[in-house]
Parts: sequence; C-alpha cells; structure tokens
Amino acid sequence: MARRHVLPGYGLSLGYTTAYLGLLVLIPLAMCFLRAAGLSREQFVAAVSSDRAVAAYTLTFGASLLAALVNALFGLVLAWVLGRYDFPGKRLIDSLVDVPLALPTAVAGLTFSSLYVQTGWLGRVLVPLGIHGAYSRLAVVLVLTFTGLPFVVRAVQPVLEASDPAVEEAAACLGATSGQTFRRVILPYLLPAWLTGIALAFARALGEYGSVVFVSGNLPYRTEIAPVLIVERLEEFAYGEATAIAAVLLVFSFASLLTINLLGRWSARRYA
Amino acid sequence: MRESAAITRGDAPLVRRALIGVAVGYLSLFVLVPLANVFAQALAGGVTAYWHVLVRDPDSLHAVILTLTVAPAAVAANLTLGVAAAWAIARFRFPGRAGLISLIDLPFSVSPVVAGLVYVLLFGSQGPFGSWLRAHGIAIIFALPGLILVTVFVTVPFIARELIPVMEATGPEEEIAAVTLGAGAWQTFWRVTLPNIKWGLLYGVILCNARAMGEFGAAYVVSGHIAGKTETLPLRAETLFQEYDVRGAFAVGSMLASMTVLTLVLKALIEWRNRRRRPPA
Repeated sequence: MARRHVLPGYGLSLGYTTAYLGLLVLIPLAMCFLRAAGLSREQFVAAVSSDRAVAAYTLTFGASLLAALVNALFGLVLAWVLGRYDFPGKRLIDSLVDVPLALPTAVAGLTFSSLYVQTGWLGRVLVPLGIHGAYSRLAVVLVLTFTGLPFVVRAVQPVLEASDPAVEEAAACLGATSGQTFRRVILPYLLPAWLTGIALAFARALGEYGSVVFVSGNLPYRTEIAPVLIVERLEEFAYGEATAIAAVLLVFSFASLLTINLLGRWSARRYA
Repeated sequence: MRESAAITRGDAPLVRRALIGVAVGYLSLFVLVPLANVFAQALAGGVTAYWHVLVRDPDSLHAVILTLTVAPAAVAANLTLGVAAAWAIARFRFPGRAGLISLIDLPFSVSPVVAGLVYVLLFGSQGPFGSWLRAHGIAIIFALPGLILVTVFVTVPFIARELIPVMEATGPEEEIAAVTLGAGAWQTFWRVTLPNIKWGLLYGVILCNARAMGEFGAAYVVSGHIAGKTETLPLRAETLFQEYDVRGAFAVGSMLASMTVLTLVLKALIEWRNRRRRPPA
C-alpha cells in the first residue's frame, strides 16, 4: 500500500486501463445482452430453441469437448516429453506446439480442407477407408483439435519442469511401481494445471469460426456450428435472432472464464 | 537440477521412446503436415500463382496493404493498454484488481463472431449511434475503423498478459529507488521500467501482431467483405477459396503462414536470449 504513495502514475494507468476496457470490451458486450433483452420472450425462445439452433449448439459443444479430450491425452504426452526428456529436435517440437496460436485460423481451415479431401495428402489414404476428414462432423473435431493443441501442453509443461523429483523418488523408494507413482503422485499434482489447459482448449474451441467455416461444409442441422449460424442470421439481416444465439454463446463464454479463473486459483494454491 | 532429473526421473528407455514417438506423431499429424501442406499447395502452381495474386490481382494487393494497416494500428492501441494495465496491476493493490485481470482475459473467451456482432449492434445503422454516424458521414461498420476496433477487441489480452508477470517478477525496487533519487515519472519509465520489460514487450507485440494479422471471424462480420475495400488477407483467402481459385487462396494463405513462421522464429530467439541472460539458478 505504501507503494501507492511512492510510485507515480497510479491514477493515470488505472484510469486509462479501466476506460479502455470499459469502452472497447464491456460496453460492446453489454450491447449484446441489451439487444437480447429487447426481444420478447417468445422471440428469444424461438431463436435459441429452433431445431437448427439446437443442432448447432450440440455440434459446437460436442466437437469442442471431443477436441479438448483428445488434446487432454496427447497434450499431456507432449508436455511430459518436452518437460522431462532431452532429445535431438526438442527445440523444434517445442516451437511447433505454438503454431496453432500464431497461424491464422483461415489458413488452418484452408489447409485442413485440402488435406482430407480425396485428392489430399491424408484423404488419399483415409477416404477409400470411408473416413471423411473434410466436410463432415469429423472435420470440425479435427480442426478444433488443431486450434486447441497448445493449451494443455503450455499449462502442464512448466509445472512438470518445476516439480520436485524428491516426491517421486520417495514413492519409488517406498516400493511404488512407475504406474502407481504416475497415478497416485504425479497425476494428482498435475490435476489443476491439466484441467486449466483442458478448459482453455474447450473455451477456445467454443467460439472458433475461421477454421471451421472452411472445413465443415456448413450444412444446417449436420455440420453447422453456432458461430456459423450467427453469421447466417446476420447476413439475412435477422439481427434479433443472431443476437439471441450470440447471447447464449456469451453466457457460456463467461461460465468458461469463471471456471478457468477458479482452476487458476486452485493452481496458484497448489504450485505456490 | 535438470541433470539430476535426467538421472533420477528417467523412465524406462522403451517407455521413453514410445512417448516421444506418440508426441512427434501427434504433432506431425496435426501441425507439421498441415503447415507443410500450405506451402506445398501454394508452390504447386509455381511462382506464377504468386505473380497472379500479387501483381495481376489488385484486390489481393489491397488486402496486403489493409492487413498492414489494421494490424499495426491494433497492436499500437493494445501496446498502450498493455503498459498501462501492467503498471496499474503489477505495481499497485486496489479493490477490483482481480476483476480487472478477468476483464483483460475476457476477449479470449468470446467468440470472434460475437465480437464482430456486438460492434455491428453498437455502430451499425440500427444501433444507438447509427443515425448520428450516418448524419455525420462517418462509416465504422463495413469500413476501416470497424476492422481496427474488432481487431483491438480480440487482441486485448496479448500484450497485457505478457507484461503483467514480467513486471511482477522485476519488482518495484528499482523504480522506487529512481523516484526516491528524484527521477520524474517519465524518466523512471523510460530509463528504468522500459529497459527491464523490453523483451517481454517485444514478445507480446509479435504474438499480438500474429493474432491481429490473422483475425478472421470478427473481421468477417464487420467488414462486409467488399473486395478491394474491406478485405484483409485472411478474408481475401476465403473469397478466393469460395471462387474456386484454390491456388490463389493458398498463395495468400502461404503469405500468412510465412508470417507465422517468422513470428515463431522471433519468439524462439527471444526465449533463447532470455535463457542465456538468466541461467537457471
């Protein structure tokens, strides 16, 4: 508290930050709820519970959850390998993990759509086997797996690097097998960071648009995700319906942010 | 510690090899192959595809210029936010501090499409400012200001989230010393704070820039995608793709992918430099 009197710029920096975030983030988002509140109850319910909207929500959630779970498993393996082993090419692998954060989603969509069609590098093998990784629900899961890939790795890796080897040594000395040590010692220790990573990947997938719009085919009831439906409604100038669907999506954004914050607090206590 | 870790925590060689294999396989399937495919597809048409897109297609050329306008503007705006927010949050304790951090994180969880939509609701013709803006001849939606605004929105967390931990790790002692010795506020910032945070700042800026250049969903909604007017590079790639000009789409896509690769190389260089400067204790 004494710092406040010593260091300058408290009022200026806090005022600027609050004004900036209020004007550019809070007020625009409040607009969404204001407009949604302007709809009658029937209009709102009709917009968010139409068969098409429900199908879009279901696909958005299902595909996001599946992608997050795939990343939960493989992200943990990647974090383990990067956090615990030294091997040639490790730096490159480490850099590649960040590609989904820095590659424009449109480019991701573009390349995934061309990889899994019949003439693509992977589709050549997969399509004859009956696996359609483009213009299908699977395509949505694949591309969301790509966009969510860094989160579990980046959440778990630093915790693994910083963990105290003595704990695992103790478990081994007391006669635990490596499997037991992993299940009973390492996994409980990693749990907050792991869940944070999964929640971040899931939150990111829920709102994803750019990559999915290229690969899914955007068929109503089949491969249309909620953000694509919002854009559809906007292009029909059905602002009310678009806003209602967006408001529901926003509520889930807030819920996921809250979850991530609570997990973060748990992590902070665990790894302090 | 790292060496002792290698000795005491060594998994069985077979487990180790299997796990590395799984990790590399997963990363190849989901990252390396898709990334390589962008360049392979773009180069499959030879250099002529680039020539066609960059020289013969004024709309794509305009998209390059527009992207190089929107992204730096958004980065500059969020640079000011990042520095102010990091100063307030890392140097002072005040009620609502945790809420402010959450507010900075919020755009990360909001779908870019929703971000675009709320700006359309706010500044579009039916919004509260719609008629006033029209009467004064100011175009925000379907124009450059709208593109910059939504890009700022989606990239709000990047620089601030990078700077806050860096400033918290540095601690206020040097700044307090400078102020106590009579340095002014700006002098303290330029001479003491900035040299301490410049690498974190640069790190945040390049990641923010990558995200800004690649922004699609929000830009899609507010741009009206008018070729040659409001199409940024990612939007241009989509238009070309919709027009079945796959070569052109990949030529544009590969430009963006090159930006990605450059971003990650710079990021790796900064990390490498930081490791050398501060060897792990």
